[in-house]
Amino acid sequence: MAAEQVAQYLASGVVVGGIYALIALGFVIVFGVTRIVNFAQGEFVMLGALVMAALGARGMAVPTAFAVSVLGVAALGALLYRVAVHPLRRAPALAVLILTIGASITIRGVALIAWGTDPLVVPAFSPGPPIVVAGAVVVRQGFWVLAVAGAAFVALWWLFTHTYAGAVVQACAVNPRAARLMGIRVERVALLAWGLAAGLGAAAGAVISPITYATYDMGLMLGLKGFVAAVLGGLVSPPAAIAGGFLLGVVESLAAGLVSSAYKDAVAFVVLVVVCLAQVLGALPWRVAEEA
Amino acid sequence: MTAPARGTVLAAGAVVVGALPWAVESRYVLGMLVFVALNGLSAVGLSLVMGFAGQVSLGQAAFFAIGAYVSGVLTATYGWNGWVALALAVAAGALVAFTVGLPIFRLSGLLLAMATLAFGIIVYYVLVNWAAVTGGPSGLTGVPALAVGGFRFDNDARMLWLAWGALLVVLAVSGNVVDSRIGRALRALHGSEAAAAAVGIDTARLKLGVFSLAGAITALAGALYAHYLTFINPSPFGFAYSVELLVMVVLGGVASVWGAVLGAAAVVLLVEALRAILPLLTSAHGAAEYEIAVFGVLLMVFMIFLPSGLAGLARRTA
Amino acid sequence: MHVLFALLVAAVILAGTHAPARAQEPYRLGAIFSVTGPGSSLGIPERDTALMIEADVNARGGIAGPDGRLHPLKLVVYDDGSDETKAVLAAKKLIDEDKVTAIVGTTLSGTSLAILDTVQKAEVPLISCAAAAKIVEPAAERRWVFKTPQSDHLIVGVLVDYLKAKGLTKVGWLNVDYAFGQLGWIEFEKAATAGGLTVVANEKFGQKDVDMTPQLTRVKAAHPQAVVVWSIPPSASIATKNYADLGLRMPIFQSHGVGNKKYIELAGGAANGVLFPAGKLLVAEQLADTDPQKGVLLAYARDFEAKYGPRNTFGGHAWDAVHLALRAMGKAGTDRAGVRAAIETTRNFVGISGVFDFSASDHNGLDRRAAAMIQIVDGQWKVAK
Repeated sequence: MAAEQVAQYLASGVVVGGIYALIALGFVIVFGVTRIVNFAQGEFVMLGALVMAALGARGMAVPTAFAVSVLGVAALGALLYRVAVHPLRRAPALAVLILTIGASITIRGVALIAWGTDPLVVPAFSPGPPIVVAGAVVVRQGFWVLAVAGAAFVALWWLFTHTYAGAVVQACAVNPRAARLMGIRVERVALLAWGLAAGLGAAAGAVISPITYATYDMGLMLGLKGFVAAVLGGLVSPPAAIAGGFLLGVVESLAAGLVSSAYKDAVAFVVLVVVCLAQVLGALPWRVAEEA
Repeated sequence: MTAPARGTVLAAGAVVVGALPWAVESRYVLGMLVFVALNGLSAVGLSLVMGFAGQVSLGQAAFFAIGAYVSGVLTATYGWNGWVALALAVAAGALVAFTVGLPIFRLSGLLLAMATLAFGIIVYYVLVNWAAVTGGPSGLTGVPALAVGGFRFDNDARMLWLAWGALLVVLAVSGNVVDSRIGRALRALHGSEAAAAAVGIDTARLKLGVFSLAGAITALAGALYAHYLTFINPSPFGFAYSVELLVMVVLGGVASVWGAVLGAAAVVLLVEALRAILPLLTSAHGAAEYEIAVFGVLLMVFMIFLPSGLAGLARRTA
Repeated sequence: MHVLFALLVAAVILAGTHAPARAQEPYRLGAIFSVTGPGSSLGIPERDTALMIEADVNARGGIAGPDGRLHPLKLVVYDDGSDETKAVLAAKKLIDEDKVTAIVGTTLSGTSLAILDTVQKAEVPLISCAAAAKIVEPAAERRWVFKTPQSDHLIVGVLVDYLKAKGLTKVGWLNVDYAFGQLGWIEFEKAATAGGLTVVANEKFGQKDVDMTPQLTRVKAAHPQAVVVWSIPPSASIATKNYADLGLRMPIFQSHGVGNKKYIELAGGAANGVLFPAGKLLVAEQLADTDPQKGVLLAYARDFEAKYGPRNTFGGHAWDAVHLALRAMGKAGTDRAGVRAAIETTRNFVGISGVFDFSASDHNGLDRRAAAMIQIVDGQWKVAK
């Protein structure tokens, strides 16, 4: 087994892992603040990609298109919360879950109407041939994926640790009732959280779309794997979600390369099962997805 | 619902189902009703798990698939008797549920749901890749229809009787379970797991029992599906179907087996209704692209106004 | 609760029982295509082609039936969403509610196989646009079922012949884990062994996968002389891009699933030089004038491109299916058994996918002349040398 081969698997895995990490963060933020698993998170990724494609086709410059895509989808996420989720705040959790399923179906259906079934091409953010790193071939867009993911992580870290808004978000995540007693408008924070999560998803979609194309049904599988990554890292911890995302991407790629490509898509779920079993047997040094 | 009332409804149901093929000729309508019954069976299984064991299962499609493939492969590839294969399929569903349930019911809440999700998806990939046995992605043709002597269940009317017969029997049995001591224990469990445990109910064994029962019922539905279509492939049994079942149960109202059947009917009929109505509202040939969005919107609206599902509505108006 | 349920059942029954239609003027043809779902890139051009023919036929007054009169054509199209259950219900609806004489479709092999039982029991002729040979084999058990796409073993045969002729005997193989990919592999494995080729690597990827570099890296390590990828866009295009990015230089072959401009658009420059076997529609202009298909191919390409966009072979499968049905209805009217017999006795029908010769034992009717090796050169299709 050539070291070059393994390097290739690692490189591919890290790039895909960055995507999973971004999506996982979205799940964690929404769950942390509102205790809801947002089934539609994957669709925000899809929208980010499709809007990027559409704007690019109209000749908009990449940075502008990216910003519009992220902010636009973020607004949609906040809107979804306000219009659909907020009215159900007293409803059973299952009803909310089904609601988010309905939202994901709706968004996918609207995307189908707007953009059709054909995949759309998105130009890479910077032109040029792939770059070889330690024997592994990495397309330039791959570096953009890592750059965007890195920037997002840093921005979020700074937000949570150095701003009042971030402290407020954390307070709501830890104990909404106490936060409300302290005068924090939890509903406003939830709105922010949903917008933020949608924006992260859109960023993931926009940056990966030159590699994967933009299709109306790309959201489901990506969302599912991002969710697995979030759960692996413990649904309440952003750094763990990031780690989970990268871990998942790398394991998936190594498994496909070293073991068998047939079960590649199942790898994420096998990892999940292994982690669950480890938890049952008490072999895990951290608690996964424990509710407060 | 009290036992006598339930008995009346079931008997009435049996009469209606028995007489239906004489009133309705259309194989389309009969076919729809067969799918309602098959989905209804799976939904009943899931509603027992969710309503009484209080656990979300995101992998029920796997049991449907296990039922379909065990019965399908045994009859199509090995020529076994249909009813024996069916019985084995049901047993397989229960056994797999039990084996999977043993470890995962030690988990709780979200992680348990995730484990069921993972299980469902892994089963799907096994079906796709174990081509020697399952036929792989292109599936298996030649699954024979079930038969009793010369009477073959090979048309829509007869499958209607078989599928609805099975559903009515399962409803009767679940009703009895719900009324019995086990049922009371289940309802205690649903109310509060801690309290139930405090009263001495073996919650783990109970949950496992319900999960195994659900696995068996769903496998039965899958086996009937295989003998109805005479062809099986993995693609109907993916994660999307598990989600569809979840939607059916919540639409109908969790913790109500009747609700589950209503939910199944609602979803199947809604999809077909959309197919019929949309071309009239939009340009006739652009309609297909609208079906998905309209379905999603209706689902959201439904959940916002009826979060307790159809059964909740009935209870309120009762 | 029970009132609600009874109402629901009543509504369903009402929907199903209406006065049976009298023998009507229009000739009704049913169609089931995958307009949404994974098969949509094939299903949409199929639907568009069918609609185009319907409009064309009706503009000329309709079909001339065996009674000597012109009958307008009524095409009823349903989307099966690439889903087996929906396909079955659509078939039943077409047969019992819309009372069609025959059905064309479905797009995908899985959905076609799923509706076999329904159409055979109801004794309604089906002309499938899906590729699996199982759809029409064994012929004795497929009395009512025909298909227009070339079978996998035919296409694979053309490919293997070309590989042998070019001396490319060590081959690496990847397929999508959908039915199309799996069936391609089964045929290729057989044909390669028979033809003396060695398969040095055999990998799979998912339809929705976004990165095939792990699989391609494994293939690369086996040092093949040529690589074959059996899939449809977008995964086929992603694999092609990955191939170019990894710097793999050996010839890359694709399946007939990439017979549309979308594949080239998505793969960009990486598509240059890709070779694949496919129907001759894509290179119609380059055929010899003596080729019997040339006229028909050019006419269809021109009409389709005027209305819908770049031509592709999948629309061609629908063209063949619809025209076969129309010719049969011209001979037998609305008599389903008569239409079946008429299709089965069709000889020398010059279609898009090839020249068809049906018989009781061959419900596909094509031979090796139905496909050619095509190469993509600067975004255009050229007959491969």
